[in-house]
Amino acid sequence: MAPVAPRSGDAIFANIEHVNCSWTVQNAELFTLTYGAIVRQLLTDLEEVDEVNKQLDQMGYNIGIRLIDEFLAKSNVSSCVDFRETAEVIAKVGLKMFIGVTASVTNWNAEGTCCSIVLEDNPLVDFVELPDTYQGLHYCNILSGVIRGALDMVSMKAEVTWLRDALRGDDVFELQVKLLKQVPEEYPYKDDE
Amino acid sequence: MIGVGKVKQYGNVLDKPLNKGKTEVSLSAFAFLFSELVQYNQTQVDNIGELERRLEDAGYAVGARVLELLCHRDKGNRRETRLLGILSFVHSTVWKVLFGKVADSLEKGTEHEDEYMISEKELLVNKFISIPKDMGTFNCGAFVAGIVRGVLDGAGFPAVVTAHFVPMEGQQRPRTTILIKFAEEVLLREARLG
Repeated sequence: MAPVAPRSGDAIFANIEHVNCSWTVQNAELFTLTYGAIVRQLLTDLEEVDEVNKQLDQMGYNIGIRLIDEFLAKSNVSSCVDFRETAEVIAKVGLKMFIGVTASVTNWNAEGTCCSIVLEDNPLVDFVELPDTYQGLHYCNILSGVIRGALDMVSMKAEVTWLRDALRGDDVFELQVKLLKQVPEEYPYKDDE
Repeated sequence: MIGVGKVKQYGNVLDKPLNKGKTEVSLSAFAFLFSELVQYNQTQVDNIGELERRLEDAGYAVGARVLELLCHRDKGNRRETRLLGILSFVHSTVWKVLFGKVADSLEKGTEHEDEYMISEKELLVNKFISIPKDMGTFNCGAFVAGIVRGVLDGAGFPAVVTAHFVPMEGQQRPRTTILIKFAEEVLLREARLG
């Protein structure tokens, strides 16, 4: 069987139109306000900004490990040939499918294991302003957890950090995704049993 | 360079223009987020009443903001002063913006003068949630009850709002009813206004 050639970002993106037709959608404002309520609850309970960041990341991780199943089932993408394609798929298909933003992938390093995903708009931060006392808060940390969790379930250990954050004065949101290692799939049974 | 000349930078989030409310996210994104909210709160409490109260408090904050947003955007800054006016606002406009459809029904309670009920066959937040037997009467609709309470409180109609399951014959899943019990002063004011 001939190997599938890597699909360009445009080819994957063109596939999305067909996905969105059968997609159940709902208003983004409830989503935004609910996320704000979650962050507010965490801040009241935990008080420490670092603790809140960690908790948001953990919640995102829990979402990511379940979200990847739905993503693979509904998006009909074939398996990615390399990490470059993975990052393209996350930015163009995944983020578009779930939160309706189109992100772009930039800043590849020489080995192709580290890249930046840039989001220009972000429904999570509509109506949000960070007060001075919470400048250390990564408000959208749930997104980094989601990506980390989703990649973990497809056997890629990654590290996701925020490079630029529009709530802190930058103009866009920039996430750095670094592939740490690929864990090969392990069979749960031994062959000789 | 990314974004040059495309997006105007506003110094203050209050200066940014309000969007029209047409952006959409997928239903599953909201369902995942809501499930995380419930799971996080489960770790913080010891009993069901406390859990419902926390969900309601989260909803209250959402409701207060929804009221402000909708009053400005959809109603042109007009205030509702009558009971039926605010109830139909919640039942149609608020429901339509948050859940994409008007609520299934709005009824007046027969036993008490101050009770009204908004019913929904399948509440969005309960759609993907199943309640284990040992949690009894817990209803995640407490979040929506909190939203309604936030809207009513902000509009000047203090009320106690709760969510209940009402089993329907012939249907597998029970209907959810949001029960609104208005405070004494609201009814006195309504009577005075004629």
